[in-house]
Amino acid sequence: MSRFFHLLFLAGKSAWNRRATLALVVFSIAVSTTLLLGIERLRTQIRENFVQAVSGTDLVIGARGGNIQLILYAVFHLGGATNNMGWNSAQEIAKRAEVAWAIPISLGDSHNGYPVVATTEDFFEYYRFQGGRPIELAQGKAFEAIFDVVAGAEAARNLGYAPGQKLVLSHGGSSAHLAKHTDKPFTITGVLAPTGTPVDRSFYISLAAMEAIHLNWQGGAPIPGLKIRPEQVTKFNLQPKSITALLVGLKRRSQVFALQREINEWKAEPLTGVMPGVAMDQIWQMLNVGERALLFVSALVTVSGLAGLASAILAGLGERRRELAILRSAGARPMDILILLACEGVLLISAGMLCGLALLVALLVFLAPVLADSYGVFLRLSPPKAGEWLLLGSICLAGFLTSLIPALRAYRMSLSNGLTVSV
Amino acid sequence: MRQQLPSGTDSAAENEDRPAPALFLDNVVFRWPERRQSTLDIPAFVARAGEHIFIAGPSGSGKSTLLGLIAGILSPQSGLVSVNGVCLGKLSGAERDVFRGDHIGFIFQQFNLIPYLSILENVMIPCRFSPLRRRQASRQAGSPVQAARILLERLDMSSTLWSQRVNQLSVGQQQRVAAARALIGSPPILIADEPPSSLDADRRKAFLRLLHRECRETGATLLFVSHDQSLAEDFTSTVYLPEINRADKEPEQ
Repeated sequence: MSRFFHLLFLAGKSAWNRRATLALVVFSIAVSTTLLLGIERLRTQIRENFVQAVSGTDLVIGARGGNIQLILYAVFHLGGATNNMGWNSAQEIAKRAEVAWAIPISLGDSHNGYPVVATTEDFFEYYRFQGGRPIELAQGKAFEAIFDVVAGAEAARNLGYAPGQKLVLSHGGSSAHLAKHTDKPFTITGVLAPTGTPVDRSFYISLAAMEAIHLNWQGGAPIPGLKIRPEQVTKFNLQPKSITALLVGLKRRSQVFALQREINEWKAEPLTGVMPGVAMDQIWQMLNVGERALLFVSALVTVSGLAGLASAILAGLGERRRELAILRSAGARPMDILILLACEGVLLISAGMLCGLALLVALLVFLAPVLADSYGVFLRLSPPKAGEWLLLGSICLAGFLTSLIPALRAYRMSLSNGLTVSV
Repeated sequence: MRQQLPSGTDSAAENEDRPAPALFLDNVVFRWPERRQSTLDIPAFVARAGEHIFIAGPSGSGKSTLLGLIAGILSPQSGLVSVNGVCLGKLSGAERDVFRGDHIGFIFQQFNLIPYLSILENVMIPCRFSPLRRRQASRQAGSPVQAARILLERLDMSSTLWSQRVNQLSVGQQQRVAAARALIGSPPILIADEPPSSLDADRRKAFLRLLHRECRETGATLLFVSHDQSLAEDFTSTVYLPEINRADKEPEQ
């Protein structure tokens, strides 16, 4: 055993002695590791995010359109709705016997780039994520008065908002949009607890408030000359005529197919009902091609990194014949030489993987906020999961097998060359 | 004092009641795989324990091949190589490696040191691969590192030099470190190539004097190969390799 540790020590010293050459090899293995693990992490986290966000909802209903599109804007607030569904249809569906709860959602406004979701109190009561967890308020209370707003955990944290804070909503989804509802400021009444879903990145107001701030608007712009003061809005009918989508939970899940069929054949207007799980599968299929391409490319990068490792060690063998002959003369067996070279390869692989992991952690720390802000993808720093362990193990195994190439060459060399090295 | 394995002792080689010869070659024929003709064909060659033998011969006369056979790194096609009473042909490859580590100290002509190891680490290499030499070094000096220090001092390598990188040492200093490595743990046989020609005549002779002195100290057999016969004076005997080698030296057809 002490013999093995001595060989390991020799391998380490030898590699350190040639660190300038080998640093690039370690770097390329680090990049491969970062790529492979980063893509795997992104892939699993995106899926997890999606599943967590919709796991409590049985059916998402909106105006006739694409399944995926409906899920993306209704649940993830990505993209926009081309059409709304009528309030009457929504109410009819909500009253059906098999429906346990129905949460209407109206989108379109934003605050500092965070989407504003108009809904009812039912959202706080019935919305479920992560397999059944309810929404909780970290501070304050749900909206009651007309111009109350509740902030998602991340939006509140990033903007530094607490209950009592006044804010103005922008018309449209972009923070750069000029049109603002400056005449009707809102007050934060509550901040939600973190959920790890798009809820964290949204503001919640009542459907009535959504109607109220658009009373003097038409076609996406304020009607010139028409001013309605905040205290006057209650004089108007604030019942919405249409909403963006309706999230539905059923008393029994088995009824979902029947209800979906009825929704898709709805008489009053063309509607689409989507089971989130089915839409998720469709999204996965779309992403699958891209994911595979990315994994394939990063596997190629890894292979080229390993090839670089093997060739760097092989290239060094020529000038190390002397060193190997000295060890042989002192009683080293050809098997010792093989172990020495294999140790060197494995040490380099390990160093590369450690650097790669460090790089990945750095990237996760720096990129996570950007990804969350721009794409609603939440990346979490956590110990490697099964899939990532599998990848790390594969790199390790592939690295070990690659190290055997120069090791076997040195083994054969030391068998045939013996001590006759210089002459 | 010296290990003697009865199985490897060749009684026919030694009629008198004396210890087995340090080295005994009997009808040894060696041919490199790619060549048609033998490089070595030595009917008999004996070195007694404690002898200092000068093996002379021009380059290409098979000196390195002979050392490879004695070291057990090369195996003859036929014949018997017995080192320190052990017939190498009866040992497996790995056993020969262990045997070499235990019993033979090597000094190459040049580039003897591993550049990424310290001087002391270089000297202690044999103790890493041979438990026997580690034990002997510890018995003699307390520990391998202490044995390495004592040897370096004896070989005129003062401790002020030890912290230097090995490639900062002069050629002569490198040879003396190599000698310390060959001598650590007192192997019964020392095989030395001639010192590099970059050393001037006085320094080569001084190096040889150190070598003779240390080998006498431990009673080791010294085999020294060189084409420079002017170095032969202090040796107990000189062997001219082409004289004991029957291999046909005619160029290949």
